[in-house]
Amino acid sequence: MVGRSLKAERLHLWRGERHVLSGINLEVGAGEMLQVTGANGAGKTSLLRALCALMHLEDGRVLWEGRNIVEDLAAFHSQLVYLGHEPPLKADLTARENLRYWVGIRRPLSETDILVALERVGATAWSEQPARTLSAGQKRRVALAGVILFAAPLWLLDEPATNLDADGKRLVGGLIDAQLASGGVIIVAVHQNLPVKNAAQRQLELTAA
Amino acid sequence: MSTSALQAAQLILARDLRVALRKRGQFVQPLAFFAIVTTLFPLSISPELARLREIASGVLWVAALLASLLALEFLFRDDAHDGTLEQYALSGQSLTWLVFAKTTAHWLLTGVPLAVMAPLAGISLGVPYAALPGIIVPLALGTLVLSLIGAIGAALTLGVRRSGVLLTLLTLPLAMPVLIFGAQATDLAIRGASYAAPLYLLSAMAVLGVTLAPLAASAAVRISLE
Repeated sequence: MVGRSLKAERLHLWRGERHVLSGINLEVGAGEMLQVTGANGAGKTSLLRALCALMHLEDGRVLWEGRNIVEDLAAFHSQLVYLGHEPPLKADLTARENLRYWVGIRRPLSETDILVALERVGATAWSEQPARTLSAGQKRRVALAGVILFAAPLWLLDEPATNLDADGKRLVGGLIDAQLASGGVIIVAVHQNLPVKNAAQRQLELTAA
Repeated sequence: MSTSALQAAQLILARDLRVALRKRGQFVQPLAFFAIVTTLFPLSISPELARLREIASGVLWVAALLASLLALEFLFRDDAHDGTLEQYALSGQSLTWLVFAKTTAHWLLTGVPLAVMAPLAGISLGVPYAALPGIIVPLALGTLVLSLIGAIGAALTLGVRRSGVLLTLLTLPLAMPVLIFGAQATDLAIRGASYAAPLYLLSAMAVLGVTLAPLAASAAVRISLE
């Protein structure tokens, strides 16, 4: 029996003429976090996108709980939440509506669930405003509420603390700690280390190929 | 516990309709285009109803085809921009099904209003009242096929900047059968003849489109997300 873990073996990814990932190996277990660092253009985002099969790998495989993810992509996807550079919010919908539609496609939500999550990220005050009127940091907080709502064991976060103030950065740290404490698996692309208490961290530094 | 496929489709429909309600301009534009083109013909050719009636079906269908091409660009563009499409691909639901729901929403927002508005344009072109169902029904079916075919083109050109022309070039040849049989159905209706035969062909195209186009479009969406 293999527990919750994400393992990648010899990942090779090409984008046009560039060999973006060349033979990346990684393994993250339950309650562990992997921080992926590297210069701009080193392939942090590509790595995250390749791990959730949004990008086509030239070679190598990704294993979730010991099984190759391509065997049942839908099942794997329902175990993860991926948050990219841009919060996936519709400018014309309010924060609440955005969460209802975005997360609702995965799992049924009650309005209370949404309000609780918005409160946890300190976004209650602007939950009825259209996303276009929110600042980048406010949108990021709403997106984090989405991450909580998915209640998925695997988090793939790309620069989760961008645009956030000091309080917001602590919030991200707190959310990550809670996720790790409940046995979650986190892979996060970062420029600066996040204020996380949990010790089970690893680093992976990517260098531009 | 996860959301059922049907609920997911309902959420996508509700979301797209709500966004469209708050962003009306985008969907009024093709309708305005349709209205302008069809009203220019009586002005430029002749106000004589007998002559207009001769060309009415062609005018209505060409205008409808161009208007729905105009509307195609928004089908996936905004969702690709803000990362929504990526989240659909990662939702654990079948992307083909979600793309079908999106395309249906698009048809409800562009094709159905067009089919509802077209009789007004038809009357101004001298179409007899009895022939109006011969405009509405074929147009409703035809725009459904156009939305489905267009979804493939729109998905394929997602990565291209200023994709309008390319999208038109890709979609237009595939849209020709719809134009031919649609215009024929309306023409027969105007002449007071039975238009069942071209209508059956349009229905067959719709069935083919519903079953195959979402598969192709979702594959194209996946490629463009890379």
